[in-house]
Amino acid sequence: MNYEVSIGLEVHVELLTKSKLFCGCSTRFGASPNSQTCPVCLGLPGVLPVINKKAVEYTLSTALALNCKASNFSRFARKNYYYPDLPKNYQISQYEEPLARQGYLEFELEGKLRKVEIERVHLEEDAGKLIHGEATENIEEKDMSFVDYNRTGIPLMEIVTFPVISSPEEAYQYLVNLKKIPKYLKVSDCNMEEGSLRCDANISLAPKGEKRGTKAELKNMNSFKEIREGLTSEIKRQSHLLDKGKRIIQETRLWDNKKKKTYPMRSKEWAHDYRYFPEPDLLPLEIEEKWIEELKAKLPELPQTRCQRFIREYSLPPYDAGVLTDSKELADYFEECLKSFPQPKQVSNWIMGEFLRLLKEENITVEEVKVSPTQLGKLLKYLKKGTISGKLAKVIFEEMFKTGRKAKEIIKLQGLKQITNEKSLRKVIDEVLEQTPQAVSDFKKGKGKALGYLVGEVMKKTKGKANPGLVNKLLKEKLSIL
Amino acid sequence: MKEKKINKEEVRYIAHLARLELSKEEEEKFSRQLREILAYVDKLKEVDTRSVAPTSHVFTLKNIFRKDERKDSLPVEEVLRNAPQQRRTQFQVPRVIE
Repeated sequence: MNYEVSIGLEVHVELLTKSKLFCGCSTRFGASPNSQTCPVCLGLPGVLPVINKKAVEYTLSTALALNCKASNFSRFARKNYYYPDLPKNYQISQYEEPLARQGYLEFELEGKLRKVEIERVHLEEDAGKLIHGEATENIEEKDMSFVDYNRTGIPLMEIVTFPVISSPEEAYQYLVNLKKIPKYLKVSDCNMEEGSLRCDANISLAPKGEKRGTKAELKNMNSFKEIREGLTSEIKRQSHLLDKGKRIIQETRLWDNKKKKTYPMRSKEWAHDYRYFPEPDLLPLEIEEKWIEELKAKLPELPQTRCQRFIREYSLPPYDAGVLTDSKELADYFEECLKSFPQPKQVSNWIMGEFLRLLKEENITVEEVKVSPTQLGKLLKYLKKGTISGKLAKVIFEEMFKTGRKAKEIIKLQGLKQITNEKSLRKVIDEVLEQTPQAVSDFKKGKGKALGYLVGEVMKKTKGKANPGLVNKLLKEKLSIL
Repeated sequence: MKEKKINKEEVRYIAHLARLELSKEEEEKFSRQLREILAYVDKLKEVDTRSVAPTSHVFTLKNIFRKDERKDSLPVEEVLRNAPQQRRTQFQVPRVIE
């Protein structure tokens, strides 16, 4: 039977503040275990947390970018549970009074605009990191776990959708588009490998038109791809049960990426009885309209809007616009490049082609690229003028990319200027024709391929510097009088 | 609001959440005491609070922030000083894994 699927996503994003949410410890990733902790984040008795204003601002800005309504009144709450990654035995989170509510994210799904409603955006502290003995090499450690509290207290923003997502693919696209927002705002690097973006899902099935079924919660998915796979496998499992007239149990299930299926979490320690109550150590927040207006004014142009503008303003295909606006840095690079070479489609081809290829190859970010957008623009000017061939332009760009040298310098230094001098080209052509009588006679017999071969030979002899169009023309002239 | 009676079942549940081990006598004793406490607190219901907003703090202060600035953390020896067991500057705990 076909069921209607309801998926809700809960995304946790670590914020890029310098210090933790309630204390001055560093948030730097990769420090040695427990070297970034203090009495506050270790939960020692008698300490008082104080809210990091930047973390609140980052959360509010993201919420505004997600079209949420910021709360006038907001408060932190204690969420109580016992787990070794939580030294206080409670997590300072938000419950009834999150920083913002009721927003949405719009994105394209299979050519149509989709709108996923967001229930709330709140701020909380992250928990510590557990390393299980099984993961270490030492066999005697298999019954132990180890705790590193460096992550404890790092500001964590939680973005929760209503259960309105109706397919694993839609969930995937939501995540891809959501991830761009904190990155555009530079409030998080959203790096899943380093755990600065994590996602849990809940999913339920119901026969069409009927009210939502019992949901299962899914955890332990470590990439957007795994989330899509996890949801797909869960739809299969639940519809199989429903087909047989069985009931779905409300439970938390974990994704097993090796077996590609979900399994129920054993421990009942996560009984959802967190006994939330207002955090007595932190005073409430009253968020004034003026503050919100200031934050709104500071928001950059957001990916979806920018993508639409690129299509409209530069007549770019939607695919190009999507790739270019994927990150703010790339979109900025593109627009900066246009200032020195105002040919959008050509610049776009170069950025999507050579630029992104080299970026991936060198494994660096746009910000680390040594070629300035102006320099790329200049290179494209040389190409347009015919000073260099397209093939050579790629070689030169690679050199620029690797060394940071200017296009002009490389062309001059390596004598890479295109040969457009007919006289010297004719000389090369004569040489080639003399050395390849077979090809010449093939051409005479009407084998068109032979011409291509001859052009290739001329290019080889000139180390790619000859203008191919000119070579073609001159070759044909010469061959016709032979 | 519904009157809440505390029975032994509930005392056991709360004790479990708080990771406390109670003897039979204690369960009995705490059930009785908690019932008495709740009954006492119930007296507050006699006050008409319809026009009073729920209060979580007695101070009138709000929006107390700190700047996003780093401060020195504790030396790691200090951090681990109270740890019953430790390895490689980590706290060692009994295995917790799914």
